[in-house]
Amino acid sequence: MAIPSTLRLEFVTPEREIVHDDVDELQLPGEEGFLGILPGHTPMLVGLKVGAMWYRKGAEKFHGFVGFGFAEVLPDRVTILARIAENADDIDHDRAEAAKRRAEERLAEVARGRVSEMDYERARIALLRAITRLQVSRHARTRS
Amino acid sequence: MPSLIDMRRRIRSVKNTQQITKAMKMVAASKLRRAQDRVIGTRPFAIQARHVLASISARVDQSHHPLLAKRPGVTSGTTMLIVMTSDRGLCGGFNTNIVKAVGKFLRDNKEREVSLGLVGKKGRAALGRRGFPIRFEYTGLPKVIGFAEAESVAEAAIADFTSAKVDSVHLVYNEFKSVMQQNLIFEQLLPMAPIEVEKKEDGIDYLYEPSPQRIFDELLPRLVEAQVLRALLESSAAEHAARMTAMDAATRNSAEMIEGLTLTMNKVRQAAITREIIEVVSGAQA
Repeated sequence: MAIPSTLRLEFVTPEREIVHDDVDELQLPGEEGFLGILPGHTPMLVGLKVGAMWYRKGAEKFHGFVGFGFAEVLPDRVTILARIAENADDIDHDRAEAAKRRAEERLAEVARGRVSEMDYERARIALLRAITRLQVSRHARTRS
Repeated sequence: MPSLIDMRRRIRSVKNTQQITKAMKMVAASKLRRAQDRVIGTRPFAIQARHVLASISARVDQSHHPLLAKRPGVTSGTTMLIVMTSDRGLCGGFNTNIVKAVGKFLRDNKEREVSLGLVGKKGRAALGRRGFPIRFEYTGLPKVIGFAEAESVAEAAIADFTSAKVDSVHLVYNEFKSVMQQNLIFEQLLPMAPIEVEKKEDGIDYLYEPSPQRIFDELLPRLVEAQVLRALLESSAAEHAARMTAMDAATRNSAEMIEGLTLTMNKVRQAAITREIIEVVSGAQA
C-alpha cells in the first residue's frame, strides 16, 4: 500500500466540529506522552489527556487545546473525539487567566481543609485546563 | 356604543402589543438560526463516536457493559422520563404538546412505576405536582446550552440506571422539523442501542494505548451525553421556531383586530357627525 501524502483530520467535540481538513502532520497529548503523527502512521486508538496539540498544513502550524478524549489514527485519517477542545485563536486570554486564578484560590481553600475531595479534583482539573489554555494561547500569539 | 376615546385607547393598546409580538418574532428568528447551527454541530461527534465504537466492538465484551444491559423490565418495569420543556412561555403549543404526551404515557402505563426528570420551568409547573417521583429538576437553562448542561442531565440518568433504580430511561422532547412544524420525539436513552460489530474487511490491527475495553467503557457515556445534548439543542431550536410562529400569528391577529376596531371607530365617529348634522338641521327648521 502506498503511503498517503496527507492526513484527513476530523476533530470533533460533542458541541461542534473544530477542524475538518487535510493536514501534513500533527501532534497530540497522548495519555502516555506526546505523539507525533505523519501520514502512513500505523492504525492506533489512543486516549488523550489535557494538553496542547498542533497540526501542520504546508508551512503553517495551527495550535489547539484538547482535553479528555480519544484519537483514532489510520494511515490516511485521524479522528479526534474530545470532550473539550479549542483552537488557539478562539481562546480568550483574559478569561483563561481568570479561570486559573479562580482554580488556584479553590485549591488554596482545599489546602485549608474547607472543601471536599471532589471539589479538590474538580479544581485540580480546572487549573490544569487553565494553564494549558494559557500556554496554547501564548503559542498562538508568538506565531502571529 | 363605546365612546370614541375608549376605542382610540383600545387601538393604541393593541398596537403596542403588536409591536411587542413583532419584536419577539424577530428575536426568535435570529435565535433560531443560531440554535439550528448548534444542532447541526453535534452531528459529527455522534457519527464519529459510533464509528470508533463499531471498529473496536469486535475486540470487547459488550454483554457486560452496564449502559447496554437490557434488564427484563425494559418495556414493562420502572422507567424514567426526561421531559424537556422551555423555561419561558409564549411559544404556542410547544409545552402543551409535551405535557399532553407525557400525560398520555402515564395513563397508558398505569401499572408501571414512572419517575420523571424535568428540564425547564414549564414542565415543572405542569408535571411537578402530579405525585410522580421527581428524580431531578433542571430549570433556568443558560441561553447557550453547552456540554456541561447535557452532562449533568446524562449523569443523573446514568446514575439511576446503573444503580437499577430504573430499568429504562426515555427522552421526551420537541424536535425541530421546520419553522412551522415541531415533531414530538419519544426516544429511548438507556439502555443504549447495541453497537453493531463491524466486520473487519481489511483486517486492520490497531495499536491500543489504553485497552480497547477501557476506551469502549469511556466512550459509551460520552455517546449518552451527546444524545442528551442533541435533544436539548433540538428542543431549544424547536422552542424558538414555535415562538416565532406563535408570535407571527399574534402579530397577524392584532393587525386584523386593529383593522376591525378602526372600522367600528370610524362608524361611531360618522354616526356622531350625522347625528349632530341632523340636530343642527332640525334646529334650524324649528
